[in-house]
Amino acid sequence: MNLWTWILIACVLAYATKLIGYFVPAKLLQNPRIMHVAGTMTIGLLASLTLVNAVASGQGLVLDARIGALLAAAVALLFRAPFLVVVIAGAAAAALLRLLGWG
Amino acid sequence: MSGASRGQEPARVRLGASPAFKIAVSLSIATGLYGVSFGALSVASGFDFWQTMALSLLLFSGGSQFAFIGVVAGGGSGLAAMMASALLGLRNGIYGMQINALLRPGGLKRYAAAHVTIDESTATASGQTDPDEQRRGFWTAGIGIFILWNIFTAVGALAGDAMGDPKRWGLDGAAVAAFLGLLWPRLRGREPWAIAAACALATVLAVPFVPSGVPILVAAVVAAVIGWYSHARLNEGLEPDVDPYAGVDRDRKIGGTE
Repeated sequence: MNLWTWILIACVLAYATKLIGYFVPAKLLQNPRIMHVAGTMTIGLLASLTLVNAVASGQGLVLDARIGALLAAAVALLFRAPFLVVVIAGAAAAALLRLLGWG
Repeated sequence: MSGASRGQEPARVRLGASPAFKIAVSLSIATGLYGVSFGALSVASGFDFWQTMALSLLLFSGGSQFAFIGVVAGGGSGLAAMMASALLGLRNGIYGMQINALLRPGGLKRYAAAHVTIDESTATASGQTDPDEQRRGFWTAGIGIFILWNIFTAVGALAGDAMGDPKRWGLDGAAVAAFLGLLWPRLRGREPWAIAAACALATVLAVPFVPSGVPILVAAVVAAVIGWYSHARLNEGLEPDVDPYAGVDRDRKIGGTE
């Protein structure tokens, strides 16, 4: 299937997930375990996505300019920078390291 | 404008005097602006302008959108991208239930409310105690972010197209920073850090052995198993990307600590 198909399926699933909350009996989702899994899964997926984007290259692991981006973003976050500044810090670090000939 | 209210009509107040409205507007601007980074990263990951816009207009959930393009950018399949996006969106179902309990939207309003049920609109509403304020906060943040997020996605997509080689501008580094920025507000306390570390480790271990995109799903399974068997506070991981009540005592707001 082409990319458009997967995009549209993802859109339908996203909307259906949101809508389900309005129609299922509250008791079902108020199950503490289900709420907890939704929360831990959000943390786990974001941690995984951070790492994959930082060190994976296909099926290999590489250390390149993206590690600099990860560190720069962490520093920006420690200083409570707003999201957009964090993103710019990451991009600037990666671009700068490449300009200096690394990664 | 008079402050009188009658019957079932919600109390009419000047919007400028509504705390929820003010918070929702500033949150809309802050969140909407980072639509620029989504738009630029999406075209840098190989998506065209309309595919990028479809994700912002129809999927409309920042984390899931970044996940979808992130998996594809890493060489993952459309199926893996769709699964990562769907799993990351599961929390929106919980938000839907919370908003339904708070606002009880009826008829067609429900279908509109569902679409703008995201981290930020839910957090704005649930941080208020007065039902009218909850309603104003939810709809203002939801609709405000929807409009600005889409405008700035388009700006980012057009700018990204004009930038040429994404690596020269460090856009792959921007993606790393974006995911860390989305994760960061959720790392409050020891257990979230432990979950993040376990999932990061599982990801790195899985990368050499499974196709691209799949390590993220492995991490999702690890996170789900930890969530199923642990007993930390209930709203863990369910924080907005931009905290509408930054500076407000968090423990008081969520009514509990670990």
